[in-house]
Amino acid sequence: MLHIYCPHCGEYREEEEFHCAGQAHIARPLEPEACSDQEWGEYLFFRKNPRGLHHELWVHAAGCRKFFNMTRDTQSYEIKEVYKIGEQPSVVAE
Amino acid sequence: MSDLNNMTAAESAATKAAVMNQVPGPEIEGQSPLHHADLASLAKQGPKTSGVHLRELKLLGHLTLRCNPANADQLAAVERVLGVALPLQPLTSSENGNYSIRWMSPDEWLILVPGLETFDIETKFRDEMPGHYSLVNSSGGSTVLELSGENVVELLKKATPIDLHAKSFPVGKVVSTLLAKSTATIRRTGDQRFELVIRRSFSDYIWLWIQDASLEFGLVVEA
Ligand SMILES: [Zn+2]
Repeated sequence: MLHIYCPHCGEYREEEEFHCAGQAHIARPLEPEACSDQEWGEYLFFRKNPRGLHHELWVHAAGCRKFFNMTRDTQSYEIKEVYKIGEQPSVVAE
Repeated sequence: MSDLNNMTAAESAATKAAVMNQVPGPEIEGQSPLHHADLASLAKQGPKTSGVHLRELKLLGHLTLRCNPANADQLAAVERVLGVALPLQPLTSSENGNYSIRWMSPDEWLILVPGLETFDIETKFRDEMPGHYSLVNSSGGSTVLELSGENVVELLKKATPIDLHAKSFPVGKVVSTLLAKSTATIRRTGDQRFELVIRRSFSDYIWLWIQDASLEFGLVVEA
């Protein structure tokens, strides 16, 4: 079980209160109608699957129901940091 | 139309949010989602001493307020309506007599008031609150249980991953969390007393769960 710090509630909670919502920092194209099929397809369906540092979107589903970002090591499961939506990670892969 | 965030209370009120009195009046008996459990009769028959006491705080007015905690005019308006400030610290609550406010998320609060006063309070909010906000009467969607007694912490430990030790869960703290296979908003109202706001559709399940989980402590139902 992961022990996750919710940056909105300001305390650690058990993993079962949270849901992972996939890769973070996916920007929606500003002009979808100007995208090629390939660009739109990559935006919709293509995701990273790294071994190591991964920036993820999580939601405190049973708690405050707010989303936040988490940088996690997919190999060791270690949580490197959590940060709010709109902020940038300070821990990044080289 | 003016900017929603800069509207005065009068301008907001003039947009005429649909507010209706959802309680027909004291002459028509309301029924809580635990009406079928007939807690009043159980309270008369059952034991009087045991480790866990249960009481339903039924038919309260539940108001969900969402507004901007950085907007001083909105905070002042809430204080004018309820006589108590919004708790801005995460996981805290505040109360003034029969009115109580729970922090639910950084821009959301759950306000409980006596059922028959709900419409009054809602109307006052419409008159007083400036700017962009939302106030929803969610009274029908949930009910409130009060659990107390010397074994209440042990009982809740069986159902929730929250640390209930007084050091990390002092009186007045509020958490929304998991309770058995359902969810609840739990507030500590005393050393050995907790208030649980639960979903109406899960109220029967939680009532059954409490009966089962409190078997070893004994359960007193209070009217
Ligand atoms: Zn949270």
